[in-house]
Amino acid sequence: MLVAVIVMLGIGATCGIVLSVASKLFYVWEDPRIAQVEYYTAGANCGGCGFAGCSAAAASIVAGKAAPSVCIVAGPEAAAQIAGIMGVDAGTAEPLRSMNVCSGGNRAADKYYYDGAQTCAALANLHGGRRVCSIGCLGMGDCIRSCKFDAIHMGPEGYPVVDEAKCVGCGACEKACPKNILTVRTMSQRLLHFNELDDALAPCQQTCPAEINIPQYIDQIRKGDYAGAIHTIRERNPLLLSCGRVCPHPCENYCRRGIEDEPVSINQLKRFVADWEMNSGQRLPIPCAPETGKKVAVIGGGPAGVSCAYFLRRLGHSVTIYEAMPKLGGITRYGIPEYRLPDKVLDWEIQGILDLGIAAHTETIMGRDFTIQSLRDEGYDAVFLGIGAWKDYAIGIPGEDMQGCWKGIEFLSKVAGAPDKKIPIGKRAAVVGGGNSAIDCVRTLLRLGAEEAYIVYRRTRKEMPANEVEIVAAEHEGVKFQFLAAPKRVVADENGRVAGLEYLRMELGEPDASGRRRPIPVEGSETILPVDMLISAIGQQPELDFLEKETAAEKPKITRWNTFDNDPELLQTSLPYVFTAGDAATGPSLVVDAIGGGRRAARSIHQFLTGEKVQSSPKSLRKKHIAESLFKTVPGVQKKNRTPMPELHVEERITSMVEVDQVISEKDAAYESQRCLNCCRICYNPEENSKVA
Amino acid sequence: MEYFEIIVAGIFVNNILLAQFLGNCPFLGTSKKMETAIGMAMAVIFVLVMAGVITWLIYYWLLMPFKLTFLRTISFILVIASLVQFVEMFLKKSIPALYAGLGIFLPLITTNCAVFGACVLNIDKELTFMPALLTSFAYAAGFGLALILFAGVRERILLARVPKPLQDTSIALVTAGIISLSFYAFRGMV
Repeated sequence: MLVAVIVMLGIGATCGIVLSVASKLFYVWEDPRIAQVEYYTAGANCGGCGFAGCSAAAASIVAGKAAPSVCIVAGPEAAAQIAGIMGVDAGTAEPLRSMNVCSGGNRAADKYYYDGAQTCAALANLHGGRRVCSIGCLGMGDCIRSCKFDAIHMGPEGYPVVDEAKCVGCGACEKACPKNILTVRTMSQRLLHFNELDDALAPCQQTCPAEINIPQYIDQIRKGDYAGAIHTIRERNPLLLSCGRVCPHPCENYCRRGIEDEPVSINQLKRFVADWEMNSGQRLPIPCAPETGKKVAVIGGGPAGVSCAYFLRRLGHSVTIYEAMPKLGGITRYGIPEYRLPDKVLDWEIQGILDLGIAAHTETIMGRDFTIQSLRDEGYDAVFLGIGAWKDYAIGIPGEDMQGCWKGIEFLSKVAGAPDKKIPIGKRAAVVGGGNSAIDCVRTLLRLGAEEAYIVYRRTRKEMPANEVEIVAAEHEGVKFQFLAAPKRVVADENGRVAGLEYLRMELGEPDASGRRRPIPVEGSETILPVDMLISAIGQQPELDFLEKETAAEKPKITRWNTFDNDPELLQTSLPYVFTAGDAATGPSLVVDAIGGGRRAARSIHQFLTGEKVQSSPKSLRKKHIAESLFKTVPGVQKKNRTPMPELHVEERITSMVEVDQVISEKDAAYESQRCLNCCRICYNPEENSKVA
Repeated sequence: MEYFEIIVAGIFVNNILLAQFLGNCPFLGTSKKMETAIGMAMAVIFVLVMAGVITWLIYYWLLMPFKLTFLRTISFILVIASLVQFVEMFLKKSIPALYAGLGIFLPLITTNCAVFGACVLNIDKELTFMPALLTSFAYAAGFGLALILFAGVRERILLARVPKPLQDTSIALVTAGIISLSFYAFRGMV
């Protein structure tokens, strides 16, 4: 008996000694917080959190991949304790949430009658499902059976509905779904996602440069969930008040209702919810990921810079904006006139973004007050160049530097910078150019009291690059158009001031490389337009004087259009830690392009800061369309009139800088949201062999 | 030739899962997906061979000389558990890739009945060292074979029309029974 006891003690002691020696010998450093966190998890290894056991869950919490509340057994008190260990609020970590993209519907016809196994997996194996629409939900409920938490149920329409309150984000449904309809993502993952070839994307969402989930926010407006609609927009576009006013809404050109009827007034709906938030008097909270401790300098506080800063901040990085002008907003403040985008609105919007914890230095000029090199020395891990395109092109005619001659952006920013939005101008003024800046200039001139204001453009109205609505508004306000006129020289009076603009008449010839008919001068047709003020608004390019102050190693490469050379998928310049977007990367373009670019640059910067390879998905859909989603006809659409844009009468608006376009009423918004066909969220019946580019 | 027979007998004739019905919990639990089945199979091979050797040494070098064979069960459990812990620490430090690959399965089979059963069977059959080692390996390989075969079958069953009361574990048990019957064909070969 004694021997037995001694032997057992011996074996036990040997095992103990060997293990303790081994634990010293084979020691691998592990974050001590993992053990602390594991202490508070239930210890049942139930797998309910979706991780392989409690220690794996604890490791994920410490790595920031799971929320402190991931353990569903231990409950909220343990979550609070764990959040204490991690030094975050229990609420601020990034919970995974399951979302159902498909909202059902039976519009798509069946390809075959199915009587096989009642599971999605089996059905998907047979020609990708029985419906002709290859995107939608199969409706057999594999996700429902896979959910351990009873958080998914079959809705009345025959597609699954996720109960957000019960969902713990374990990801079982995403694995079970053969159609990628249920996605389980953290907020950061959602912010970093760009349109991909096999996403269920409506044509409008494929077109939007910011890739806003348009059908979703319209659906939320329809249901009266305005706050939800704002959150949906804010996952892609932080400047919804501004965009709701000035965006030329390329999305509406691809609206499927527009094929059979007038397109849905998407931008008006965006403006409606954006104004709803502003007028409600309180800001909706915007969640941010836990701090990462990385620092980014954003140069330029325009739409690209603000968008990039906003997304980086939400991803947990600390951001500082450097702006040359006295206020943030860039071209939206200094290029877009008050009557289209009031300062008050812009101030409110930008303040909300700065409130996330973004620092901003205004009147700080690159090249004078700092350089890329000095920012690097200050400890910034990455730099974003969103300096826009502020340098006006010259027309290249004699006399255009004389007194009374202006450049487009120079004029607009002078007006925007004046406290009462007024500067002295001439009586008869001409604006050269056919773009949005030219229209902005000429409409501003009228408001400042010009008796006659001309647009001088060398092609015809059809070729004008400005937005149609802007041209129409200018026509209503009495702007005179001189088409087919190429400026020749500026005529001076005896004091050396502008007295007139001499132009040559043109006629249209063969189409050129851009597809527009080339204007050809008519010999001997010189005419003088008597004006005492001339503005040339024929385009801009980035101002690159700061480059002289940079050392050779800190100079990003420049293209021949004076923009920063970059990969349009990644927006990384020739310097790996310098990123760019907006007009500085693309040349003059839309505000919404700059916002989308800011987010794209934020993704690249995030990858760069977290040590990942800076890359895009091979399935990236940037600015392209999914061919099979574009139809030529849409059967079954009943015509319903589009809500008209409410605007001030010409007499009221022409004398002041008061905003012209007004917001639609709640009733109209409800009506307009009903017009949305909810494309790619319900089954559709695509045309046979549709091949539209 | 004798070693070849041992291997064939261990894998097919006396398959630890389908002929001896040991280790049924991981057999049902980790056979839903091919990926997990392969991970589990690797972990079992690894642990069972180690455990077979160590327990043989403990039995013949320690328990037999002191006539303490009645301590077999308790000492085996103690030794196998410590061994798995030791191996886990060793792998984590030395071969992190293998550690990550075996992952959660390594500690899960600390005292799996198949592992323990194989060790006890080695002793009961009074095998010498080399045959004991080979038998352990063959049992583990048989376990892996059965598990991977079964995972393949179960992945297909998901696509089949199974009456509601028989879904999931019950159909798995029925299938396991049929596969087991087919393994009876190997009876008497060795």
